[in-house]
Amino acid sequence: MKLNSQIIQNIRTDFPILEEKIYGKPLIYFDNAATTQKPFCVLQKIEYAYKHLNANIHRGVHYLSQKATEAHEEARSAIAGFMGAAKREEIVFTRGTTEAINLIAFSFGEAFCQEGDEIIISVMEHHSNIVPWQMLCERKKLKLRVIPMNEKGELQIDIFRKLLNEKTKLVSVTHVSNVLGTVNPVGEIIRISHEMNVPVLIDGAQSVPHIPVNVQKLDADFYVFSGHKVYGPTGIGVLYGKEKWLNELPPYQGGGEMIEKVSFEKTTYNVLPFKFEAGTPDYIGSTALAEALHYISEIGLENVAAYEQELTAYAKEQLSTIEGIRFFGTAAEKSAVISFLVGSIHPYDIGMLLDKLGIAVRTGHHCAQPLMDSLHIPGTVRASFSFYNTKEEIDVFVAALKRVVGMLS
Amino acid sequence: MFKSLNMVSINQIQDEIIEDFAQFDDWMDKYALLIDLGNSLEPIDDQYKVPQNIIEGCQSRVWLAAELNGDGRIVYKAESDAILVKGIVALLLRLFSGRTPDEILNADLYFVEKIGLREHLSPTRSNGLLAMIKQIKLYALAYKSKMG
Repeated sequence: MKLNSQIIQNIRTDFPILEEKIYGKPLIYFDNAATTQKPFCVLQKIEYAYKHLNANIHRGVHYLSQKATEAHEEARSAIAGFMGAAKREEIVFTRGTTEAINLIAFSFGEAFCQEGDEIIISVMEHHSNIVPWQMLCERKKLKLRVIPMNEKGELQIDIFRKLLNEKTKLVSVTHVSNVLGTVNPVGEIIRISHEMNVPVLIDGAQSVPHIPVNVQKLDADFYVFSGHKVYGPTGIGVLYGKEKWLNELPPYQGGGEMIEKVSFEKTTYNVLPFKFEAGTPDYIGSTALAEALHYISEIGLENVAAYEQELTAYAKEQLSTIEGIRFFGTAAEKSAVISFLVGSIHPYDIGMLLDKLGIAVRTGHHCAQPLMDSLHIPGTVRASFSFYNTKEEIDVFVAALKRVVGMLS
Repeated sequence: MFKSLNMVSINQIQDEIIEDFAQFDDWMDKYALLIDLGNSLEPIDDQYKVPQNIIEGCQSRVWLAAELNGDGRIVYKAESDAILVKGIVALLLRLFSGRTPDEILNADLYFVEKIGLREHLSPTRSNGLLAMIKQIKLYALAYKSKMG
């Protein structure tokens, strides 16, 4: 099903927030890489869950607890199916991408890393895929190696091959750059790493909302994403890990739910995936996330990807008519993100004025300061699209940008 | 204690600023005024653009320095790389530069709220307005204690 403008208009009615007026103007929401808006079905699921299946899960013998447990575990199965995982036990719920990466950085580091070992990341990582590894490096005296990129914003795979060595313990890279939109060749990175028996973590925060992902086809060892960036609620995220790895890793946090037996002398841990889920799980979040994934699966991620590509190409073409505009990230494989600057205008000024015209874009370093440093810029203006955005919105945005640039020049 | 003679009070200037902004209903016009103010701000010498004068803000850089002149008044030097922030800097200099430490320390800033720049005070915006005001007052406190 190709997403035409009639279908998009129908889809837009699924998202109540798109009706909002900002300073009296219709909201144009182009900050989808930061978080996405929520369709009615997700909002209704949250309300339904609190109204009809709210009870603490797994331990209760009563009816509601059973129902809530079933909903939570069904969500896990649905997410396993969505990601193409081999087993539902390979899906661990976290608070988001950041917590998932911290979990692996801690537990993998405890189990497998020793002084002198190396971890490889890339220059285009979000702070969430930098800082946990730096903390591990500090704790265990490891070395962090960084894959550079070319001027188009593509990772330099030939250099990556040279960085890999017998000291490399893990490679952690983003599938899609949140600033440049580059879709990295993660399949190739995984294949190359596996030749050296090095496991790979893929940060899927920016890919899962936009392109179909199958963790088994990719052969990823770990794959993580956030619920709120894929039309689900905040505070829930997913860590996929191959069973053999998850079994070998020690728990990250201790508490309820993750234990098998507790005494003051010794505690034994629960089986997968509960070993990594200390405390009362976000069973409302998990069920609502499963609903969100069901919603986009119904539309079809191939259709989403095709429409967003069309939208992004149109935006790029229209923006190119602005004198002095510079784009950052011109990779051959790109997602629905456009980062730019105009002349010497500070991105903050553009963002503030666009806001007053009802247009939400992101300005600044986008939590990727090392990337900004490598580009020798303080930040960019970033417009990031979703399938509920339209070409008409892009026309309004480009006209507004021209007006704003006129005021600031 | 110093008393400002021959000078309008900080509150009088705040009222002028409020009046300047009140003539516009549209946000874009208010911001156009701020841009004009930013453009009219005298650039500061490179000697002041050093890391220790930077006020840490999330989105744009602001440099702020202060010197005490011969008659016990503080002269502030400030600039930003974002024009809207420069506009705010211009307003703050108009209010505070050339004042005594006591005047600065006792000032109650109500103009920000009144001209609709309240969002600039939100910590998430982090563009440094709060930090700028804090730093301005810290300089005043430091010079006041130095003067005894």
